[in-house]
Amino acid sequence: MRHLMSPLDFSVEELEALFELANDIEQHRDRYAHACDGLKLATCFYEPSTRTRLSFESAMLNLGGSVIGFSDAGSSSASKGESVADTIRVVSCFADICAMRHPKEGAPMVAAQFSGIPVINAGDGGHQHPTQTLTDLLTIRSLKGRLGNFTIGLCGDLKFGRTVHSLINALVRYEGIRFVFISPEELRIPDYLIDMLKEKGIPYHEVISLDDVMPQLDLLYMTRVQKERFFNEEDYVRLKDFYILDKTKMERAREDMLILHPLPRVNEISVEVDNDPRAVYFKQVQYGVYVRMALILTLLNISV
Amino acid sequence: MLNVGKIEEGFVLDHIKAGKSLSIYYHLGLDKLDCTVAIIKNARSNKLGKKDILKVECDIHMLDMDVLAVIDHNITVNVIKNGKIVDKKDLQLPKEIRDVYQCKNPRCITSIEQGLPHIFVLADEETETYRCKYCEEKAREQM
Repeated sequence: MRHLMSPLDFSVEELEALFELANDIEQHRDRYAHACDGLKLATCFYEPSTRTRLSFESAMLNLGGSVIGFSDAGSSSASKGESVADTIRVVSCFADICAMRHPKEGAPMVAAQFSGIPVINAGDGGHQHPTQTLTDLLTIRSLKGRLGNFTIGLCGDLKFGRTVHSLINALVRYEGIRFVFISPEELRIPDYLIDMLKEKGIPYHEVISLDDVMPQLDLLYMTRVQKERFFNEEDYVRLKDFYILDKTKMERAREDMLILHPLPRVNEISVEVDNDPRAVYFKQVQYGVYVRMALILTLLNISV
Repeated sequence: MLNVGKIEEGFVLDHIKAGKSLSIYYHLGLDKLDCTVAIIKNARSNKLGKKDILKVECDIHMLDMDVLAVIDHNITVNVIKNGKIVDKKDLQLPKEIRDVYQCKNPRCITSIEQGLPHIFVLADEETETYRCKYCEEKAREQM
């Protein structure tokens, strides 16, 4: 039985197969409408989430399956003190596959150890969020036509943003990637990632100004400065609007540059950019559903 | 000068950094075994100045020496049979260690899940870095 804990659990070849399947689902949705008839997805969400949980539920419903679960720890037996190991043993009797989000890092891995069904990590604290990374990769591959040979700018909170860290780790497996890290000094990319890029000989540079690098980028991955990561309100207020992508900045970008964002967006992308054809962050959400459908089918060993 | 007699079968762990012998005693689980153990602290050493020595009289298959490599791979492990050294064990860093380090990350699942062993995996052999299997936090000096 296979689980998904980290985006690196799948080899580049396995990811290719997953993305091919996701693209086929996109083209022929009807063909997959009954692929999971009679099967159930359990969404075990120990902390609130809108996008990820609904995306998983939508994916399973699109495949003809059904969904059970809970959406916060308070409405689960965790509030009575039940361990993750016991919860998953019980859930394994009710469902065929489980997507788990938990505030504690490594909780889905514990679940996988005791589970009788495949477990998907739907986010474990600040550690991993593999299905977001798969979503990002599928979006780039589908809209750029390739995963590799491009310059990607990552902008905003590069220090705490787990989606950024996961995406970097996933992209270094492809050829010809050049990274541009755009952040204020306080939110710089962690040293361990810089060390990894140096070791692998992957080109990168770090800048503060987004304006200066706009014309070089094939992709711009914007992130939100997350309030919950700051101990000091003053620091958050000072940094939250450090970058605002607006029409003026977009005039300096290439015609075919794509803007991605893991969402939710706050102020970092002005709403006036939403209608720009290069803004693909809402398409990205749709690709998130396709990649989760492909993942469910793959982990359940279902071929259509 | 203190004299501790020879053992018939078991291990002599030599060149232990002075002061580390009790930690090794517990990590090898010797406190749970019914065997004779001599703990020699602060013995004179040409190599280290001062060193600790552990002499354990037991069946040589009873002890898992992997943990020693994590504590200090410069320790000399002499295997004794019939009162003589029959082997010197080469200490290799184990790929995975269980309940040797405690994960110190308060956000790690090991901080709340009951009965979950603290497992660390060897992430980088060169720097001897171990990381928590669950949250990937680096192991910190605890021994």
